[in-house]
Amino acid sequence: MIEARIGIERPGFTLDVDLHLPGHGVSALFGPSGCGKTTCLRALAGLERSARGRVAVNGEVWQDEGVWRPTHRRALGYVFQEASLFPHLNVRRNIEYGLSRVPPARRRVPLEQAVELLGLAALMERRPATLSGGERQRVAIARALAASPALLLLDEPLAALDAPRKAEVLPYLERLQRTLDIPMVYVSHSADEVARLAQHLVLLRAGRVVATGATQALMARLDLQDLFTAQGDAAASVVSAVVERHDAADCLATARFPGGQLHFVSAQAPAPGQAVRLRVQARDVSLALTFQSGTSILNAVSAHVTALREDGPGQVLVALDAAGTPLLARVTQRSAQALALAPGLPVFAQIKSVALLD
Amino acid sequence: MPSFSPEDWAAIRLTLELAATTTALLLVLCTPLAWWLARTRSRWRGPVGAVVALPLVLPPTVIGFYLLVTMGPNGPIGHLTTALGLGRLPFTFPGLVVGSLVYSLPFAVQPLQRAFESLGPRALEAAATLGAGPLDRFFTVALPLARPGFVTAAVLSFAHTVGEFGVVLMLGGNIPGVTRVVSVQIYDHVEAMEYTQAHWLAGGMVVFSFLVLMALHWLQPREPRP
Repeated sequence: MIEARIGIERPGFTLDVDLHLPGHGVSALFGPSGCGKTTCLRALAGLERSARGRVAVNGEVWQDEGVWRPTHRRALGYVFQEASLFPHLNVRRNIEYGLSRVPPARRRVPLEQAVELLGLAALMERRPATLSGGERQRVAIARALAASPALLLLDEPLAALDAPRKAEVLPYLERLQRTLDIPMVYVSHSADEVARLAQHLVLLRAGRVVATGATQALMARLDLQDLFTAQGDAAASVVSAVVERHDAADCLATARFPGGQLHFVSAQAPAPGQAVRLRVQARDVSLALTFQSGTSILNAVSAHVTALREDGPGQVLVALDAAGTPLLARVTQRSAQALALAPGLPVFAQIKSVALLD
Repeated sequence: MPSFSPEDWAAIRLTLELAATTTALLLVLCTPLAWWLARTRSRWRGPVGAVVALPLVLPPTVIGFYLLVTMGPNGPIGHLTTALGLGRLPFTFPGLVVGSLVYSLPFAVQPLQRAFESLGPRALEAAATLGAGPLDRFFTVALPLARPGFVTAAVLSFAHTVGEFGVVLMLGGNIPGVTRVVSVQIYDHVEAMEYTQAHWLAGGMVVFSFLVLMALHWLQPREPRP
């Protein structure tokens, strides 16, 4: 359990948040630039001396009235937006920097594991100046891990990277949270990254918490869509499911979630029984009042409408509930009227495309 | 072929000793001062920085004069050194060292200060998140990253001390083997119309200074920092 009650006042900016984050898994601090998410993270790390309030991680108090533990005495790992490696040390000695400052009895992540998890074996003797942006960020993550943190803080670790480098580093982050039981707080302004990585979500705006809860539930909330789509990400919902089978002949996987079954094309064969997260974009979901046969759309899920909201000219965003799993659909205003969509109405959600997130 | 006389050699040796001692002391003394100047938000930063820069603009005779007065029998430093049983500093080698420390102070402080300022907070913050305390961070991150600043500070302090004249004359007089450095020796040669010997020493100074500045150029890292 991570508790943080943080207050910071600066000219033109006030941060006032009270966070209760789960003690495992990934929690994301999400919001537009300038909303205070990075300041929040820095305050958790003790890098903001002017922060008032209380910070406690798994029962250990890092900050409170009259208590101030300096950054170097907080068992944390911090990954900055720019890798911030030590330019005078090679990759190995960068990673060893934190490791060597942890008493052997408290070491939880051996050097070999950090190196293996981030795929750095071939880079160990290189200087940071000779690495690509993605490689540097991987070294920075390994360096933070090797310090055996009780809490891993990541400040937009992918924001400074271009799309191919992002795609290079993201799988390592996902692997990390599957392999290690270290709670992470991940700062991001990309709804995409948040959907892929975070189970818990805190939405910030202008230094205050707008909403907090499970990623799945928050991402499907109509009143929060403007926050999620502000960066150009499309409205989408996240579905937790378990793989049932994968048909190698046509690369089609089938996964079960409480609302039914979802089929999706996947070149890599997910193993039956594997828990996966699937992303369903609102624009790929159409609605029908009766079950449709003779269609190319493979997925039809029984659900009921929970809310509607105008979404730009002529469009309506519809929130659905499929046996407890929230979904989003985008339909035209005309269709919404023709079908008489209203909260409580049972519908079939036809899902054209489902993307595997991890 | 005319060459250096024994007196010339004594002056050269003394000059190098003075410059080496001064440089070593300056690097030790100026590191904390430069660190403080680079990082403080105190309102004393401006005044202290100005005092450090004073020797750049004051005539050496002014510096020498005040040092002579304060280190003399009736000056506060003179009283102190006498009370400590060290005797008086003017006209001694330690006196010259004190004078050189003051005279060359900005040439050590300013490169170090610039080097520390250019570090920025990020590398030190990263070190803190990796469990390094303040002193640990300073020695394992700040010092290695500021190395070019130390090279510049050392070379400039050394060269500037070698080129000292006014302060030495005011403070050390002209005692062979004790306070007569190369610049004073050249002055003596010229006064005595010994132009050949003056040429040798003066030419040596020109070559030395040129080599120092070239060394500074070659020693600076060209590898861009990421």
